[in-house]
Amino acid sequence: MEKTVAPAAMVKFGTTQRKDAWWAAPTATVAVLTLFVIYSMVRAFENNYYIAGPYLSPFYSPLLLFDWWPLSPAFLILWAPAGFRFTCYYYRKAYYRAYAAHPFACAVGEPHRDYQGETKLFLFQNLHRFFLYAAVVVLFFLWHDVIKAFSFGGHFGMGFGTLVLLVNTVLLSGYTFSCHSFRHFVGGNVDCFSCAKAGRVRFKLWKGVSSINEHHMLWAWTSLFAVMAADLYVRLVACGAIHDLRIF
Amino acid sequence: MPDVTFKVFRGDAKGGQAIDYPVPIAPGMVVLDALHYIQGYLAPDLAVRWNCKAAKCGSCSAEVNGKPALMCKTRLDSLPTGRPITVYPMKTFPVIKDLVCDVSWNYDVNKKIPPYRPAKDGRKIYQEDVDRVQEFRKCIECFLCQDVCHVLREHEKKAEFAGPRFFVRLAGLEMHPNDITDRSEFLKNSSGLGLCNITKCCTEVCPEEIHITDNAIIPLKERVADRFFDPLRWVFAKIFGRK
Amino acid sequence: MNYETHEHDVLVIGAGGAGLRAAVEVSAKGLSVGVVSKSLLGKAHTVMAEGGIAAAMANVDAKDSWQTHFSDTMKGGKFLNNWRMAQLHAQESPDRIRELEDWGALFDRTPDGEILQRAFGGHTYKRLCHVGDRTGLEMIRTLQDKGVHSGIDVYMELTIFRLLKDGGKIAGAIGYWRKTGEFVVFKTKAIVLATGGGGKAYQITSNSWECTGDGHALAYEAGAELIDMEFFQFHPTGMVWPPGVKGLLVTEGVRGEGGLLTNNKKERFMQRYDPKMMELSTRDMVARSIYTEVKEGRGSPHGGVFLDISHLAAERVKKKLPSMYHQFKELADVDITREPMEVGPTAHYMMGGVRVDAETGASTIPGLFACGEVTGGMHGANRLGGNSLSDLVVFGRRAGMGAAEYARKLNSFPLLDQGELEKAAKDMETPFQRSGDENPYQIHRELQESMQSLVGIFRMEEDLKKGINKIEELKHRAAKLAVKGERTYNPGWHLVGDLKSLLTVSEAVANAALTRKESRGAHSRIDYPNMDEKFGKLNVVVSRKNGEMNISTSPVPEMPEELKRLLAENK
Ligand SMILES: Cc1cc2nc3c(=O)[nH]c(=O)nc-3n(C[C@H](O)[C@H](O)[C@H](O)COP(=O)(O)OP(=O)(O)OC[C@H]3O[C@@H](n4cnc5c(N)ncnc54)[C@H](O)[C@@H]3O)c2cc1C
Ligand code: SF4
Ligand code: SF4
Ligand code: FES
Ligand code: FES
Repeated sequence: MEKTVAPAAMVKFGTTQRKDAWWAAPTATVAVLTLFVIYSMVRAFENNYYIAGPYLSPFYSPLLLFDWWPLSPAFLILWAPAGFRFTCYYYRKAYYRAYAAHPFACAVGEPHRDYQGETKLFLFQNLHRFFLYAAVVVLFFLWHDVIKAFSFGGHFGMGFGTLVLLVNTVLLSGYTFSCHSFRHFVGGNVDCFSCAKAGRVRFKLWKGVSSINEHHMLWAWTSLFAVMAADLYVRLVACGAIHDLRIF
Repeated sequence: MPDVTFKVFRGDAKGGQAIDYPVPIAPGMVVLDALHYIQGYLAPDLAVRWNCKAAKCGSCSAEVNGKPALMCKTRLDSLPTGRPITVYPMKTFPVIKDLVCDVSWNYDVNKKIPPYRPAKDGRKIYQEDVDRVQEFRKCIECFLCQDVCHVLREHEKKAEFAGPRFFVRLAGLEMHPNDITDRSEFLKNSSGLGLCNITKCCTEVCPEEIHITDNAIIPLKERVADRFFDPLRWVFAKIFGRK
Repeated sequence: MNYETHEHDVLVIGAGGAGLRAAVEVSAKGLSVGVVSKSLLGKAHTVMAEGGIAAAMANVDAKDSWQTHFSDTMKGGKFLNNWRMAQLHAQESPDRIRELEDWGALFDRTPDGEILQRAFGGHTYKRLCHVGDRTGLEMIRTLQDKGVHSGIDVYMELTIFRLLKDGGKIAGAIGYWRKTGEFVVFKTKAIVLATGGGGKAYQITSNSWECTGDGHALAYEAGAELIDMEFFQFHPTGMVWPPGVKGLLVTEGVRGEGGLLTNNKKERFMQRYDPKMMELSTRDMVARSIYTEVKEGRGSPHGGVFLDISHLAAERVKKKLPSMYHQFKELADVDITREPMEVGPTAHYMMGGVRVDAETGASTIPGLFACGEVTGGMHGANRLGGNSLSDLVVFGRRAGMGAAEYARKLNSFPLLDQGELEKAAKDMETPFQRSGDENPYQIHRELQESMQSLVGIFRMEEDLKKGINKIEELKHRAAKLAVKGERTYNPGWHLVGDLKSLLTVSEAVANAALTRKESRGAHSRIDYPNMDEKFGKLNVVVSRKNGEMNISTSPVPEMPEELKRLLAENK
C-alpha cells in the first residue's frame, strides 16, 4: 500500500471541530479505573479482613495460604483476573483511549508519539485467551464461595452478604462468558456451520454467547463495581464496622 | 421558516476557508438538502459528491460539526440550533475541491486483498451460514470509518494499514461459508491488523451500523491468534493433526 | 488541445450492474477492457436496487419455469416487448444468479439451503431472489470485486460526452475527468453502453444525479435508433414526505412481503382497479390507481396514500426490510412496524432506449453495443419489478460477448477523426468562455417541472405539445449557458453537459408519447384511454436525421408459433 496522501491530520492534541462534550466519557473512565486500581492494590496489600463468617472476599478467592509465600495471598490469585481484565478487548479500548489518548475521543487530535498499536511490545495482548482459561478456573471457586455463603454454621441460610456475593458472581460470569475469546472459541472460528462437526450446536452456542457479548462493556463495568462492592462489604463486616443482615 | 448559517469549506489541495451561506430550513431537512440549495441558488460550482440521497451508496461522506457522517442522513433537527453548522471534507483523504476528496487509496487497498475462491460451485448454503457475513456485506463503502480511524487520520499509516472498511471486507471473505483462500499471512503482516487498537471509532460512525470492531476486527484478531500466537493449539495440532 | 489517450479493445461506458457484467465477460475473453463511470466505483444506480432480482429458479414455488416468467414479462409489457429478449432473459437469468453466487454473493436462504425468493407485482410465482432490501448492493459489490480481481481498468469519475466514429463504425469516445476537468480520449474497437436511465428529467424521481440519459443521447447523436421512449415507468410507491426525500423509493418488496395500500377512508382501493392482483398488480396499474385516488380527494395528508406493513411482527419487518425501516425512521420519523407509510408515484425507470440485437446487444451502429436500462425492447410497455437486475446480468454478459467478438474480428484500431474530436472538446469548453447569468440549475428545475406536469403519468395531446415547446425553449437557453468557476470538480459545468442529454431524452419521450395515440402500459393518454390493436403491433422509433429528431414506427418483431401458443396457454 503505497503512501499517496499528504499530511492532513490535525496537529495538536485536542484539536477538533466537534461541538459536543467529547472529553466527558474518557475523563470518567480515567477516574473510575484509577480509583479501582488504587482500591484493589490497597486491599491486596492489606492482607486482612477478607473473611467474615461464611463470606470470603472475591479478591482472596480461592484462598491459598502457603508458608513459602511471604506476601498477601491475594497476589497468588489476582494476576488472573487482573490479567484477564488488562488484556480484555473492552478494557483495552477503554485505557488506550483514556490513558494513552490513542485516541482520547473520535475525530479529536491526539499526541503524535510513535504509534505501534498492538504490534511489537503489545503482542502480549494475544494471550488474552490464556487469561480467560485462568479466569474460568477462578470463577469456579467463586461459585463455590457462593454456595458456602448459604451455609451458616452448617445450617442453610442467607444473609445480605450472600446476596452480595451471588450478584457479584453472576455478573462476573456474565463478564467472563461474554468474552470475545470465548465467543470465538465456541463457534466464532467456524466458517460454515452447516458443514462443520456439531455445527448446529456450535451455531446455537455462538448465537447465545454473541447475544451477551453485545453487552460486554456493560458486563465489564457492572462486574467491576460488583467485585469492589463485594470486597468492601466483606471487609466492613470483617472489621466490625457493620453487621451482616441475616435474611433467614 | 428561519435561515440557518452553514459554514462550508471552500478550497482545494492548496488550501481554503469556510464560507458562510444562509439556507432556509424546511421540515425533515438533511445537510445534503442544504448543500443542494447552496449549489442551486448560491454557488453552482460547490463540489460535493452524492448519489442516492438515501444512505445507500456511501457517496456523501463529510464532517458535519466535526463528526464524520453521511450528509444525506444527518437531519438538521439532530444538530444544535442557533449555531452555524460546519461542513468540512473528510480529513483523512486529500481534498480535491470543497467537500470532495481523493479516496482512490481505498480502491488501491481493495485490489490487494486475496480474492474469493469457492470450495465448490453450487453447494447448499443455509441462512445460519450467511447471517454473519451478510452484516459485513451491508457496507456501502462510505469510508467514514477510514476517515475517523486514528491509525489513518492521526498516524498516517496508509502504507501499512488497510483500515476498518477492509477489515470488514476481509472478515466477510474469511467467514464466507464457501471460501477457501487462506488469508492469515495477509491479515497478520500486510493488512496491519495489529495496528488497530480496537478503540471503536469506526463502529461509532458506521452509518450501516456494522459492528466493525466486535464482529469483524476482534474475530479476525482471534483468528490470527489461533494461527500465530497459540502454543496450545499448536501442540494440539501436532498431536491430533490439523483440522 | 491537451488530452490523454487510452487504448482498449472494448470500452464499457457505465459501471452499474450491466456495465460491470459486460466488462467481466470481455476480460474473460482475454481482451483489454476499460470501464468508465461518472461516479466512484460501486456507486452506480444499481447499488440502490432494493427488492430483488427475478429468475425462475423454482426454489420456493416448484411450479415456476422460464415459460411462466416469459409469459409474465410479455403480459406485463403489454406484448410490445422484443420477444427474443424476453425469452433469453427468462431462460438465462437463473444461471446468471448462480454465477453471482459462485463469485461470492450471498442471497437470503430457504430452510433447505437454496436461494430464497419473494413475491412481486406481475410475477405469477415467488420469483425474486433477494438480500433483505439491499439486493443491488450485493450485486454490484460482487461484480465490482470480480471485476477488480480479473484486471479490468476502471476510470472513475470520468464523463463521456461524445462517441467518435471512423466512417460508419465506432472508433472511440471522448470524456473529461470530473476531478480535473481535463479531456480524455479513448481509442477502442467497440463500445458497450451501459449508462442506465434518465429519471432526472422528472421532478419527483427515485433516480440519482447520474441518471441523465447520457447513453441514450450519446447513441442518438451517433446515429443509433431509440425505441419505446414513450414508456417511462412511474413506480407507484415513492416517499412523499418530508420534502427533501420526495420521490425516494419505497421498495415493492414491502408489498411483496404483504404490505397493504389504503386511502384516507381506510379502503383497500386496489379492489376497485384490479381486484384479482390487488397490491401486487403491475406497476403502471398501481401507479395510476394511486394517482387517481389522490386526485379524487382520498389521499393522505401529504398527497399520497397509505402503505401499511405494521400487521406483520416487528422483528420480521426489520429482518426483511431493514433499509426501509431505517429510511422511514431516520428521514421521516415514521416507525413502519407501527404506523403506515405515506407513498405516491415517482419516476423510476425507462423502458425505452437503444434498439439492440437480442443475442449480442449490437445497436444499429457497427461497434456500438448496449445493455441494461439504456436499451429498449426487453420490457415493452411496462417493466416488472425485479426484471431489471436480471436484465443487467443476462444482457450485460451477452453484450460483453458480442463486443468481444466484434473487436476480435477487427485487425486494427479504427482511426479517430481529429476534427470531430476537437469539435467535441470545443463544444464542451465553450461555456467557460461565455458570459451570462443564467444558472444551469434553473433550467434543470424548469425542465423537471414541465416533464412532471406535461409528460407525466397521464398525458394528452395539448400538454405534450406544450411540453415539446418548452423543451425547445430550454434547449436554446441551455445552448447559451455560461459557467462560473474553474474546471476542477465543477458541478455547474458538469450539469451543463448532463442537461444536453436530459433535453434530448425529454424531447424523445415527449415526441414518442405524442405519436402513440393509445394507452398501453406505462403510457396513459387521457385523450386515447384505450389500447389500440394497431399500435400494439408498432414500436415508436426515434432517430436523428439531418440534425433533427425524426420519429417513425416499425413493426414489433413477430413471435414464433410455439411462443404464441405458450402465451395463449398462460393467458
Ligand atoms: C431505488 C431503486 C430501486 C430499484 N430496485 C430494483 C429492484 O429491486 N429490482 C430490479 O430489478 N430493479 C430495480 N431498480 C432498477 C434498476 O436498479 C436499474 O434499472 C438498474 O440498476 C440500471 O442498471 P444499469 O447497469 O443499466 O445502469 P446504472 O446502474 O444506472 O449505471 C449507470 C452507469 O453508467 C455511468 N454513466 C452514465 N452516464 C455516463 C457518461 N456520460 N459517462 C460515463 N459514465 C456514465 C454511471 O456513472 C453508472 O456507472 C431500482 C431502481 C431504483 C432507482
Ligand atoms: S477500532 Fe481499530 S480500525 Fe476501528 S477506528 Fe479504532 S483503531 Fe481504527
Ligand atoms: S464499514 Fe461502515 S463506515 Fe466503513 S465504509 Fe462500510 S459502511 Fe462505511
Ligand atoms: S474480551 Fe473482555 S474479557 Fe475477553
Ligand atoms: S447520497 Fe448516497 S449515501 Fe448519501
